[in-house]
Amino acid sequence: MSPMWWGVIGTSAIAFALKYIGQSIPAKYLSHPRALRINTLIPVALLSALVAVQTFTNKTELVIDQRVGGLIAAIVALIFKAPFPVVVIAAAATSAALFRLQ
Amino acid sequence: MFVDRFLRHTSCVSRVKRATVAQSASVAITVGAYGAAFGAASVAAGFSILQTCLLSLLTFSGASQFAIIGVIGGGGGAISGIATASLLGFRNALYGLRMAPVLKVTGIKRIFAAHITIDESTGVALSQEHLGEKSMRHGFWLTGVGVFIFWNIFTLAGALGAQAIGNPAAWGLDAAVPAAFLGLLWPRLKSNRDRSLAVAAVALSLALTPLVAAGIPIIATTALAVIYGIRGRT
Repeated sequence: MSPMWWGVIGTSAIAFALKYIGQSIPAKYLSHPRALRINTLIPVALLSALVAVQTFTNKTELVIDQRVGGLIAAIVALIFKAPFPVVVIAAAATSAALFRLQ
Repeated sequence: MFVDRFLRHTSCVSRVKRATVAQSASVAITVGAYGAAFGAASVAAGFSILQTCLLSLLTFSGASQFAIIGVIGGGGGAISGIATASLLGFRNALYGLRMAPVLKVTGIKRIFAAHITIDESTGVALSQEHLGEKSMRHGFWLTGVGVFIFWNIFTLAGALGAQAIGNPAAWGLDAAVPAAFLGLLWPRLKSNRDRSLAVAAVALSLALTPLVAAGIPIIATTALAVIYGIRGRT
């Protein structure tokens, strides 16, 4: 079985298990302030790392290519409070334009 | 209660003040449209249309879905991808903790409720808190089911579109995924601690990239979140 299929099945099974457990256990669990704080910070760390890795790497190499231009366009769009689809389209259009200029 | 504070902190829609139905519908359609970005990015990352649609149907949690296709598409292993996606999905368990006393469902209904327990359904429900539990339940179900329908339709559309256009880089799809992550990250950067952690996570993940297998540098930043969380005061 390919990594894609493992990914689809594993991610879906764990995603549902997490949702169902949350609906089913008493609220006193997981409500320690430190646990909640760490849980708020984990997405910040992971999403930041995903932005960096998806923009500046190719497999295990650090690279700078058209994606950097796309990311800058996304940052500008976010600064101007653009909605999510506009942010993604701005990044894609900028990256595509730079790719074709190469 | 701390769960409340956490939810208010992360909810993206709690500011909206309109009738429950109108609010649910607008959230469902807007968020659903992001599904097109996911569908296109997933196919560009090498997932089939069937796998892409199954992720939206069965995982149904945007950040986790982008994580699994991002990590595997970037050359990482299935375990790295699943671990990253699952860490991002953990917040849905906390949403469930908050929603369960309001929803009061059991059996098959609890299974459906759990599946649609995501940022948007929880956010709309909490924004109805001042109108009572009945409005919260309406907001939760309407938004959850609405986002589910639109998210899946747009995922298929995006996947079909990406398959039709050939080289993903020529259409900028290689930049769409990091932009999507940035769009998810941006509203979470509220305090100096958040921003400091973001910079540290970028630095650590890039520093580790040449040294370890793809996917590991992303998971490694979880350690930073734990360190920041233990040291923090608020």
